[in-house]
Amino acid sequence: MNQDQPMKGQQIEAGAPLLRVEGLRTEFETRAGAVRAVDGVDLEIRRGEILGLVGESGSGKSVTGLSLLGLVDPPGRVGGRILFEGEDLARAGERRLRHIRGARIAMIFQDPMMTLNPVLSVETQMVEAVLAHARVTREEARRRSRDALARVGIPSPEERLRAYPHQFSGGMRQRVAIAIALLHAPALIIADEPTTALDVTIQAQILFEVQKLCRETGTALLWITHDLAVVSTLADRIAVMYAGRIVETGSVAEVIDTPRHPYTRGLINSVPSRNRRGQPLAQIPGMTPSLLDLPRGCAFRPRCPRAQEDCQEEPGLFGAGHRWRCFHPEPVPAMGPATEVRA
Amino acid sequence: MSAPILELQGLSKRFASRLDLAERIAKALGARVEEYDVQAVSDVSLAVAEGEVVGLVGESGCGKSTLARMVAGILPPSAGTLRWRGRALAELPAEERRRANLAVQMVFQDPMASLNPRLRIGEIIGEAPRFHGIVGAGEAEDYVAGIMRLVGLDPAYSRRYPHQFSGGQRQRVGIARALAVKPDFLVCDESVAALDVSIQAQIINLFMRLREELRLTYLFISHDLGVVEHISDRTVIMYLGRVVEAAPTPELFAAPNHPYARALLAESPRIDTRKRAFAPIKGEIPSPLAPPPGCTFHPRCPHAMERCRREAPALREIAPGRLSACHLNDVT
Amino acid sequence: MTATVGATGQGARARAETPMARFAAEFARSRTAMLGLLLMVLVVGSALLAPLIAPQDPYDLAQLDILDGMLAPLAEGGSGATHWLGTDDQGRDMLSGILYGLRTSLLVGVSSTVFGLALGLLVGLSAAYFGGWVDTVIMRIVDIQLSFPAILVALILLALLGKGIDKVIIALTTVQWAYYARTVRGTALVERRKEYIEAATCLALSHGRIVRRHLLPNCLPPLIVVATVQVAHAIALEATLSFLGVGVPVTQPSLGMLIASGYQYMLSGEYWISVFPGIALLVTIVAINLVGDRMRDVLNPRLSR
Ligand SMILES: Nc1ncnc2c1ncn2[C@@H]1O[C@H](COP(=O)(O)OP(=O)(O)OP(=O)(O)O)[C@@H](O)[C@H]1O
Ligand SMILES: Nc1ncnc2c1ncn2[C@@H]1O[C@H](COP(=O)(O)OP(=O)(O)OP(=O)(O)O)[C@@H](O)[C@H]1O
Ligand code: SF4
Ligand code: SF4
Ligand SMILES: [Mg+2]
Ligand SMILES: [Mg+2]
Repeated sequence: MNQDQPMKGQQIEAGAPLLRVEGLRTEFETRAGAVRAVDGVDLEIRRGEILGLVGESGSGKSVTGLSLLGLVDPPGRVGGRILFEGEDLARAGERRLRHIRGARIAMIFQDPMMTLNPVLSVETQMVEAVLAHARVTREEARRRSRDALARVGIPSPEERLRAYPHQFSGGMRQRVAIAIALLHAPALIIADEPTTALDVTIQAQILFEVQKLCRETGTALLWITHDLAVVSTLADRIAVMYAGRIVETGSVAEVIDTPRHPYTRGLINSVPSRNRRGQPLAQIPGMTPSLLDLPRGCAFRPRCPRAQEDCQEEPGLFGAGHRWRCFHPEPVPAMGPATEVRA
Repeated sequence: MSAPILELQGLSKRFASRLDLAERIAKALGARVEEYDVQAVSDVSLAVAEGEVVGLVGESGCGKSTLARMVAGILPPSAGTLRWRGRALAELPAEERRRANLAVQMVFQDPMASLNPRLRIGEIIGEAPRFHGIVGAGEAEDYVAGIMRLVGLDPAYSRRYPHQFSGGQRQRVGIARALAVKPDFLVCDESVAALDVSIQAQIINLFMRLREELRLTYLFISHDLGVVEHISDRTVIMYLGRVVEAAPTPELFAAPNHPYARALLAESPRIDTRKRAFAPIKGEIPSPLAPPPGCTFHPRCPHAMERCRREAPALREIAPGRLSACHLNDVT
Repeated sequence: MTATVGATGQGARARAETPMARFAAEFARSRTAMLGLLLMVLVVGSALLAPLIAPQDPYDLAQLDILDGMLAPLAEGGSGATHWLGTDDQGRDMLSGILYGLRTSLLVGVSSTVFGLALGLLVGLSAAYFGGWVDTVIMRIVDIQLSFPAILVALILLALLGKGIDKVIIALTTVQWAYYARTVRGTALVERRKEYIEAATCLALSHGRIVRRHLLPNCLPPLIVVATVQVAHAIALEATLSFLGVGVPVTQPSLGMLIASGYQYMLSGEYWISVFPGIALLVTIVAINLVGDRMRDVLNPRLSR
C-alpha cells in the first residue's frame, strides 16, 4: 500500500496557466477598523497541478479561496485580478460567477454539511446539481450521479443515492461532497481543509481520489491546509501564507527541503519528526499579529530570529521559481535536505 | 515497573436509544425508525503505570473519546471496572471516590467550547480548588496566579474572558483549570488537534515539561500519529471499540503487528514523503451499529482468512510488553 | 471561529471587556434597533410617570365632565384645558387615558412574561437535566398546551376565573410558560453537551452548582430574546381579550379596552377614540420587536459577522 515512488502526471500542462491571480486584496470593514485579510496575493496554477496553500490560522487562506470564487460576504471588498481561463473573475457579474462556480470551479469545504442539505436525499441534491449546468434528461443526470459516487469509492452507489446525509459517516459525507464537486469535471477545485476532521485511513482514500482525478482529467487543485505533512505528500507546489501575504512559494522539494523564509523554517521545525522523539519541539516565538496592528515593514519581524535593521522596510520577492519575501533568507545547506540537519 | 496507577478491566460502554411514544406510533405506521445500540467501547483492559504517557490512536468513531470520558469519570461505564491505585473505584467510599475522581482530569479538544464563555479566566481556574477547599478564599488569587505562570500565562490576564484569548492561550487555560485541582493523571482528548502547528508545538512542549515538573501520567489521544510517536512511551491502537494492538511506541512504529496498525502507519502522511501515490481502501468501512462478526477488521483486512469471519481474535501477548489481537499470530 | 483571530491581537485591548459591554456595543451598531430602544424607553417612561405627566386622572370620576364628551383632538374643554387627543364619550381626556392604559397593558404584559419565564425555566431545565421519563412527561404536556391556540386557552380560563387584572395575568402566564419551557429545554440540551459542562463534571462540582453557575447563565440569552418579543405578544393578546370583553375591568382600562370602547364610534366619525390608543399599542409592540430582533441577531453566533 505504501508506494513512495514519484508519479508522472504533469505532462498535461501546456502554455498559459489555468488560473493566474495578481495582487488579490480582500478587506473587511469592522468596528475596529479595516481588516486586510488578503494583501496582494499572486498565485498561478497550471492544468493538472496541485498547489498547497499553507499558513497558520487567520493568515487568510480561507478568505483567499472564497475571494477567488466571489463568495466573500458583502462587508468584504475584493480587489486585484483573477484570470481564470483568460477571463477576469474579479470583474465578472454574479450570474456569470454562479455559472463558473457550478461548472468550471468547484469548492470543497472542511465541513461537508456546508455543501449538503440535511433534509434532501443525496439523489435529489446530485441530480439538481447536474441539471443546473447540463442539458440532459433526469435519467442521464441520475446515471452521472451514480457514477460520481462510485468514483469516490462509495460502495453500492445505487442504494446510497437514496440515502440522506445523516445516514453517512463523516468520511463518507465528505466523499459525497467531493463527488458533487466532481460532477461537471471542473477545471479547478478549491479544497479548504477537507480532510482535517478525518482520520488518516479515510484521508488517504480521499487523497487517492483527488490525485487520480488530477492525473486523469487534468483538473487543477488548490489545497488549503495547515497540515504540512499532507501538503508535502500530495502537492506539486507550495505557497506559504503569513498575515495575508504569500511569503514563500516553490516546488514542494524546494520549500520543504530548503526553506528560505524564516517563517517556513519555523513551521517545518515545529512538526514532530521521527529522529527527535521526546525532545522539546522547536517553536516559533511570539504570537500571530493582529491584522489591525501589523508591524511596520516585514510582518514577521517581531518573531523572526534573523531580523535586522533593514527589515523595517517592506521586503519584496526574491528568487526565481522558488521565491521568498525576505531580506535575510535562511542559508541553503551545503548538502542534504534541510530536514535532516537537526538530527 | 511500579504498580499501575490506573487499571481498566473489561471496560465497555453501550449507547442505547429507545423509541419514545411518538416514534413508536410512527413506526407502527410504517416509518423507518429503529431502536439501536452502539457498542462504543467493548471489553477494554489496560494498565497505566505511574509517570507513563500512553498514546491512544484509532479511526474516527472507534470509541477513543468514550473511553477517555469513562476514565475521567464523566461517563459511567456499562460494564467493567476502573481501578485507581489498585482499588476499584466503584467500591470506594464517597469521599475517597471524589478524591480519586479529582486526581484524573481531562483536557479537551475544542479550546473554546471547553471554557464557560461567561466566566473570567481567574474564576474558571479558581472555581474548583475553592469549591473543594484546596485553597481558602484568601489565598485563591495567588494560587491561580501560580498555576497560570506554570502553564505560561501572564496572571495579569486573569480578569479577561475566554473570547479575548487566542486558541493556544485558551488551551493553556484549559490545562491550568485541570492542574488547579492537583491531579496525578491527565486525559488529553485531541488536545492539540484544533491548534496550528506552531502553537501545537508549544502545547506539546508544555505537556512534556509538566510531566517532568509534576510527575504527571497521561492518556494522550490523537489522530496525528506524528504527535503520538513524539510524546508517548506506549501506544494503544483501537478499532471499532476494541484494543487491537498495544506496544512500546518505538517498537510499534518500527514494526506494527496488527494489519490495521500496519495500514494506519502506512497511510500516515509525513513531511519527508514526496508526491506519494495513495492507494484506495479495500472493502466497506463498517458501522458500529452493526459490527461485522468475527474479527471486526476482516472486511478490510488483506490477510483475512475463513477463521477471521467466524471467530474474534483475543488480545494476546505476542512478545514481552506487546499485545495484539490477530489470528495471524497463531499461525506461525 | 476565524472571526475571533483578529480580535485577540495582544495588547490591542488591555481593558477587560465584559460580555455585557460587548453585547451593548454590538447592539448599538443598528440604527433601527436604537430607534426601537428609544421608543421603548419613551413608552415605558411615560407609562411609569403617567400620574405625573397626564393632564387628568382618568379613573377619578370627579374630574370628568360629561359635557366635554366626544371632543375632537386639539379642542378646548370646559375647564379651559386643551385635549390634545380629544376626549371619549365620558369626557375622559384621551391622552391621559392612553398613558394610564399603557400602564395597565405593560403591567399585564411584563408580569405575565416574568411569571411564565420563571415557570418555564424551572420546568424546562428539569426536563433537560433529568431527561428520561421526566422529560417525556413534561414535553408531552408542553406539546398539548402548545397545540391549542393561545387565545382559546385564555378565553376559556377567563370565562372560568372572571374579570380582573390578576386573572388576566394568570391566564396569560398559563398560555406562555410552555413556550419558555420548550426554548429552555432546547438550549439546555445543547449546552449540556458542551465540553465546559463535562469539564465541570470532571472537576466534581455539585449538580446544583453546575446548573446554576454554568448551565443557566448560558441558557439565558436566547430566552431573554424570546421573552422580549413575548412581552409584545402578551400585550397584544391582552388587548384582544379586552376588546372581546373578557379582559381587564372597565374601571382600569388598558389600551385594548380603550380601542374597544371607541370602536362603536368609528363609523360616526369620532375616529380618535379608537385610533390613538391603537397607535400607542402599535408603537409599543413595534418598539419591543425592534429591540428583540436586534438582540436575537447580536446573541446568535451564527449571524454575527
Ligand atoms: N467576514 C469577515 N469580517 C472581518 N474579518 C474577517 C472576515 N472573514 C475573515 N476575516 C479575518 O480575515 C483573516 C483571515 O481569515 P481566514 O479565515 O482566511 O484564515 P485562515 O488562514 O483560513 O485560518 P484557519 O486556518 O483558521 O481557517 C482573519 O484574521 C479573520 O479574522
Ligand atoms: N451519546 C452518544 N449516544 C449515542 N452514540 C454515541 C454517543 N457518543 C458516542 N456515540 C457513538 O459511539 C461511537 C464512538 O464514539 P467516540 O466519540 O468515542 O469516537 P472517537 O474515537 O472519539 O471518534 P473521533 O476520533 O471522531 O473523536 C461512535 O459510533 C459514536 O457515534
Ligand atoms: S525580512 Fe527580516 S524580519 Fe522578515 S522574515 Fe526576513 S529576516 Fe525576518
Ligand atoms: S484476525 Fe484475520 S481479519 Fe482480523 S486482522 Fe488478523 S488476519 Fe486480519
Ligand atoms: Mg480557514
Ligand atoms: Mg473523539
